Amino acid sequence: MPTANIQVSETPLVLYALRRADDALILGHRLSEWCGHAPMLEEDMALSNIALDLIGQARELYSYAAKAEGGNNDEDKLAYLRDVRQYRNLLLVEQPNGDFAQTLVRQFFYSAFADLYWRAMMTSRDTTLAAIAAKSEKESAYHLRHASEWIIRLGDGTDESHARAQRAIDHLWAFTGEMFAVDDGERALIHAGIAIDPGTLRGRWLTTLSDVISEATLRLPENDWMQQGGRAGRHSEHLGHLLSELQSMQRTFPGQTW
Amino acid sequence: MVTMLERDSELHQRAWDAAASVVDPEIPVLTIADLGVLRDVTLDGDHVEVAITPTYSGCPAMNMIALEIEIALERAGFRRSKVRTVLSPAWTTDWMSEEGRQKLRAYGIAPPQSSHSRRALFGEQTVACPQCGSDKTELLSEFGSTSCKALWRCKACREPFDYFKCH
Repeated sequence: MPTANIQVSETPLVLYALRRADDALILGHRLSEWCGHAPMLEEDMALSNIALDLIGQARELYSYAAKAEGGNNDEDKLAYLRDVRQYRNLLLVEQPNGDFAQTLVRQFFYSAFADLYWRAMMTSRDTTLAAIAAKSEKESAYHLRHASEWIIRLGDGTDESHARAQRAIDHLWAFTGEMFAVDDGERALIHAGIAIDPGTLRGRWLTTLSDVISEATLRLPENDWMQQGGRAGRHSEHLGHLLSELQSMQRTFPGQTW
Repeated sequence: MVTMLERDSELHQRAWDAAASVVDPEIPVLTIADLGVLRDVTLDGDHVEVAITPTYSGCPAMNMIALEIEIALERAGFRRSKVRTVLSPAWTTDWMSEEGRQKLRAYGIAPPQSSHSRRALFGEQTVACPQCGSDKTELLSEFGSTSCKALWRCKACREPFDYFKCH
C-alpha cells in the first residue's frame, strides 16, 4: 500500500543526513505557517523567504540520504511517508509559532547554531555534505542577521514586546541542549571527518546569543536542565499535528503529483 | 572542407548558445549565462548535457530554468538533453557578468556588491539607487519579492528599489 509508512535503513550516515533534513523541513514548514499572517508585509515575505531556503536545504539533504540509503526512497517519500516516530528533528524546531516573539526566538536559537554548523561542515570529507554546507552557510548568515535584529527590536522595544521576548527565551531555552548532543553513530562520523562535533560550537554559539540578548536588554536563563528526544524520534505532541497537515495530500491521494 | 572537429565545435557552440539564451523567469533581463548559473555544456553524439548551479537552495525558479533549457535545446535541434544540477562550487554573485550587472541596473535593480562584504552580523553597506544614482539609501527589508533580492528605498528620489543581494 503506497499510503503505508516507508521503512528507512538507518545507517549512521543516513540517520545523520535525515536528522538535519528533518530540522530544516520542520522549521521551514513552521515558518510557512506565517505566510499571509505576519504582522507586516515585509515580514510576511521575509519569513516565507527563509522557509523556502530551509525547505531547499531539506530537499538536498533528503536526496543525499535517499542515495546513501541505496535508492529505494527519494526526497518526497522521506518527507511525506514517515510517521512521527520516524522523524528525527530537534524538539526546538517543532515547537509552535506562538506569538511573533516565540517564532523569532526559536529562529534566533536555531540560526545562531546553523550559521556556525554549516560553516564548520564546509570542511567535511564528504564532498556532497560539504557542498550543501557551502550553499547553506550563505543563507544562514542572512537568517541569523534577520532574527538578531528582531530580538534587539523586541527586547529593547516596548514593555509588552520585552516581556513576550523574555517569556519566549525562558520557554524555549530547554530545547537548545539537543543541538549539541551526539550519539555513538555520530561520534564515528565525526571521527571519520564526515561530521563535525557540535560540542565545539557551543562556546561561540553562546557568545552570539549573549551579544545579541544583552543588547536587547534581555537575559539568558540560568537553568541548565535540557529536554531531549527528537533525535531519537520521541517528540512533543506538536509534531504529529504538523505532519498531519504537511502530509495530508500524499496520505489522501497516494502518489499524487502536480 | 569542414572537418569533424570544426563541426563538433560548431554544434557545441550552438548548444551553448541555446542554453545560454534562457532567462531567469523572475528577472527576465538576465540570462542564465549572465547570472553565472550556466556552468557547463557537454556534447556526446547528439546528446547534450547541461550543468547548472542553483542560486538559493529553495529558489523555485530552478525547476523552471531546467525546463526552459530543454525547450531551448529542442528548438535548436537537440532532441536528447539532460540538465544536471551541480552544488559545488557554490554559486556566488561574484560570477555575475559585468554585462549582467549593467542590464540589472538599467532594469531598476541595484546589482550585487562583492561577496566579502557579506559576513559582518550588523555590517553597514552602501547601495547606490539604480534610478538616480544617489547613495543616500536605506534598507527596508533583507528579504524582497524573490529569494535573491532585498528591498531598499532611496532617500534622495524617494523611490523604493530592489537590491540583488550579494551571496
